[in-house]
Amino acid sequence: MEHLVYPSKGLSEQAFEKREVLFETWHVKAEYAWDTGVAIGKYLAELKEGRIVGRRCFKCKRVMVPPRMFCEHCFRPTDEWAYVQDIGTVKTFSLCYVRWDMVRLTEPEIPAVIDLDGASRGMGIMHKLGAVDSRAVKIGMRVQAVWKPPAERTGSITDIAYFKPL
Amino acid sequence: MNRTVDIVGVGWSGFGSITPDLSYKEMIFQAATRAYADAGIDPRNDAQGFVTAAEDYHEGTSIFDEYTPDQLGAVLRPMHTITGDGLHALAAAYMNIASGLMNVVVVEAHSKASNILTLDHITAFAEDPTFERPLAINPVALAGLEMQRGLDAGRYTVEQCAQVVVKNKNNALANPAAAYAAAIGKKPVLEAQPLATPLTRLMAASHADGAIVFVLADSDTAKRFKGKPVRVRGIGWANDTPALDSREWLDAKYARKAAEMAYRVAQIRHPRGEIDFAEVDDTFAYKELQHLEALQLTEPGQAGALTEQGATERAGALPVNPSGGGLGVGSLLDANGLARALEVVLQLRGEAGARQLHKANTGLAFAWRGLPTTSGAAVVLSN
Ligand SMILES: [Zn+2]
Repeated sequence: MEHLVYPSKGLSEQAFEKREVLFETWHVKAEYAWDTGVAIGKYLAELKEGRIVGRRCFKCKRVMVPPRMFCEHCFRPTDEWAYVQDIGTVKTFSLCYVRWDMVRLTEPEIPAVIDLDGASRGMGIMHKLGAVDSRAVKIGMRVQAVWKPPAERTGSITDIAYFKPL
Repeated sequence: MNRTVDIVGVGWSGFGSITPDLSYKEMIFQAATRAYADAGIDPRNDAQGFVTAAEDYHEGTSIFDEYTPDQLGAVLRPMHTITGDGLHALAAAYMNIASGLMNVVVVEAHSKASNILTLDHITAFAEDPTFERPLAINPVALAGLEMQRGLDAGRYTVEQCAQVVVKNKNNALANPAAAYAAAIGKKPVLEAQPLATPLTRLMAASHADGAIVFVLADSDTAKRFKGKPVRVRGIGWANDTPALDSREWLDAKYARKAAEMAYRVAQIRHPRGEIDFAEVDDTFAYKELQHLEALQLTEPGQAGALTEQGATERAGALPVNPSGGGLGVGSLLDANGLARALEVVLQLRGEAGARQLHKANTGLAFAWRGLPTTSGAAVVLSN
């Protein structure tokens, strides 16, 4: 420490509060309301009804979930709506012991990617698992959506409360 | 430069003050589909690279470049996003092709301004956090400050600025894509509510939603496509200092530098004699006049008088913003530069319909990135 050019001392939280140490802060006000358009609009409206809808591409034959009005592989408009099951297979999962705001959890959250029955291979939904012993979760596990009561649904992916083992 | 570069296809979706029927992806897909049909290409096989212009805070999604491939046919292809104006993206595509790295490159920019609920706050967020933001003044005042300097220096009059609005909004009547066309006279412009003196509400462009897609190719490859190629003769860009306390405030030096670079690349020595028409940023009416002078298209202090004399109207000696400009078409955020260049392309191809100019062989498009920037980009196009 003797090599320091300038004299130095430890800083207390008080020094910041009293603004003896100066700093800059800013809280950005960034608010948005996105147009859902055709595909996302229909997807959310159907979730509110307790259904999961996708779109079919006649060229590559895929049923895509979530739906889109164009096929990103064929680069052409998709052709028709196709309902898929609210049942699927866990493609991958993790036991997450930190909450989104970094609070440590004793019981983990279980995010999972679920291939939905009726959708093309590798297409489905990113959601959470619930009503399951976290130690029992496995890739390949069959799961089904647990829907919120109709009155509580808002047209959001959280209209599905979670997926539980079949 | 060894290889020449052509614009071989253009497409757009919009423009409208709101576009609730389409998501931004669906809007871009529509514009891209038109551009690819115009060029006669299949993006999945014919395009080697994709460049978009987007600003995360305009989108409301950080690392927005991750969201760009699907709607352009760019999945599993070289793709990058530039946080600048669409003309900066056009410059990147130009370099990809001129360097020989790629033969066909797609450029995209869009606006969903109607989806940003706090756009003034986002603009203010671009100001310096120490020297500017604590004053909590609406950023539109920066335009008032600059316009005041121009008036005081005798560069233009308030009436001349109003005439820019009249010209551009009337020009937009002939542009089916324009969102803010109006058969308007000078009086309502002058008497409109002040935003920040001497700027009135009607002297500022209103925002619009829309998407624009260009397809570029080297000139040899362009011959194989069905579209009418438009040559990118020169492109340039420049920034002044961001500091409000010490920037120029009178002349648009960023525009002068950007144009000098574009003219140098295009081997244009006498812009006034060699540029037939121009689409230049007019986000605020005085900006059109300030930019025309910086781009060396008029003598200093003459842009206002020429506007009053009708020289910058469609039938004048130097048509400026025949599309209606930002004042008539609407301000498209990061897509403003491509909107200006789109009109130049359509005019050069003779496809501008009711607003077609008689002489359109070489045109200039110039974009300013908006408040509070001193960021400019210019492109010279020829048929
Ligand atoms: Zn397909």
